[in-house]
Amino acid sequence: MKVLVGVKRVVDHNVHVRAKADGSGADIASVKMSINPFDEHAVEEAVRLKEAGIATEVIVITAGDAPAQDVLRHSLALGADRAILVDSSVGLHNLAYAKVLREIVKREAPQLILLGKQAIDDDAAEVGQMLAALLNVGQGTFASKINIADGKITVTREVDAGQETLELNLPAVITADLRLNDPRYIKLPNLMMAKKKPLEIIALADLHVAAESKVVTMNVNEPPVRAPGKKLNSVQELVEALRNQAKVI
Amino acid sequence: MSVLVIAELDQQKVKAASRSAITAAQQIGGNIDVLLIGNSVEAVAQELAKVSGVTRVLIAQSADYANALAENYAPVVESIAKNYLHILAAATSFGKNLLPRVAALLDVDMVSEVIKIVDASTYVRPLYAGALNATVNNSELIKLLTVRATAFDAAEVGGNLASIEAVATLGDKGLSRFVNENIQKSERPELSTARIIVTGGRSLGSAEKFEEVISPLANKLNAAIGATRAAVDAGFAPNEWQVGQTGTVVAPELYIAIGVSGAAQHIAGMKDSRVIVAINHDPDAQIFQWADYGLVADLFDATKELTAALN
Repeated sequence: MKVLVGVKRVVDHNVHVRAKADGSGADIASVKMSINPFDEHAVEEAVRLKEAGIATEVIVITAGDAPAQDVLRHSLALGADRAILVDSSVGLHNLAYAKVLREIVKREAPQLILLGKQAIDDDAAEVGQMLAALLNVGQGTFASKINIADGKITVTREVDAGQETLELNLPAVITADLRLNDPRYIKLPNLMMAKKKPLEIIALADLHVAAESKVVTMNVNEPPVRAPGKKLNSVQELVEALRNQAKVI
Repeated sequence: MSVLVIAELDQQKVKAASRSAITAAQQIGGNIDVLLIGNSVEAVAQELAKVSGVTRVLIAQSADYANALAENYAPVVESIAKNYLHILAAATSFGKNLLPRVAALLDVDMVSEVIKIVDASTYVRPLYAGALNATVNNSELIKLLTVRATAFDAAEVGGNLASIEAVATLGDKGLSRFVNENIQKSERPELSTARIIVTGGRSLGSAEKFEEVISPLANKLNAAIGATRAAVDAGFAPNEWQVGQTGTVVAPELYIAIGVSGAAQHIAGMKDSRVIVAINHDPDAQIFQWADYGLVADLFDATKELTAALN
């Protein structure tokens, strides 16, 4: 069975992002970019399915402009077989991106679609659920464990109160949580090999998906910082402060 | 003009986060209907009917809805969506799983993790693990949003008397099946709504030390226990205790971070706490930049001393 994995190029998780001075957006002009961490877990899981003989082919996809190829090459180096870039100079909002993925699913007919549970730039956690609805298939969000057998997938989900296990028909959409696996380190030869793997570029216009969204960002700013606190010298001082200053115990 | 709030069940009660969503709905304005989907939910519906601000409680009950499967719940929301200009749910694992599925069925974009209602179509939500706040405008005909419970006080359960009406059920879509759940019953307050939280980090070193150091202090303060991602990954604490960008977002009156380094992803989940205390042996730990009261000390000795001092 084919597995399709959606990945996104985002600001590296170690960068502290600031707002542009005019409030028009995040200032990400010259910061380090990486694959969205949750997506890397999704790619890793797909590659493990192939190594286990369950998946026959792992296809990675992203939407964006030329630099977005970085995260596709990274995924190919992790072990994906081929990549698709949906070439779009405009950023796609979540519903439009879910519709792009639906078009690719129609072309490739994967039995499993793996995505990260959220992207660490907009922290929305919407695309997987939207895609599952558009495809009228089951969804296993926030997955920490999956198992495929007899045409079904069992997925353990991290929910607020603990863990929940569901069984879904295939095809299905799974969104990866960080405890799904530990992504492997990429070795140099794999990085070289990734450069030779196929990377197809599809124009957004060819998919006939409207890029516009009715959800528009008006302004981006930095939240107020907390007033500096106090360093105390002893536990007694702390108890005193909590009782008599903060009055919280 | 009406707002629909999708309520969530928590052990046959209304989850407190759903009452926060009702408060957010009040800020949008208009009548508020609350939709409760489940199996045998009359008693919960009666509790919901008493929540201030609620006009009607709509119930869709069936054995097919015994578990919160988004594949089966989303069509129920979709079936009544055209009566509303806004549909809200709390940004819990339940709401985040369900609402985007509803949005796609309705062919609308949505807004997640709202922390402020500016007006009926303008909201504030965090980006980049809370490093930035974005003000977004939603001009969809039906506006869907999940709201962060810590940003809205829970609506009171009081003398309100909303009507209770049934809505049509739509059966099992046959796409998914509940297998089981692993949910630890705890005598402690729930993490997302606790007044005090004691959180442990990886510096505690082991599950045994985590229990030995954190639990007595939490017991003394009647606090919920939190954990950093590193502590959960290391197996010191279960996943449902994780506080942060990818765990639970909390804003208690008092947050005590013990052996927590203060990674941005952790800060994202607790920075709106009213009073933050950090105990860490490393004077350069990031957590001290966020702490109202910081104590550089051996965390084992200091926590033991703190626990004893609270007698």
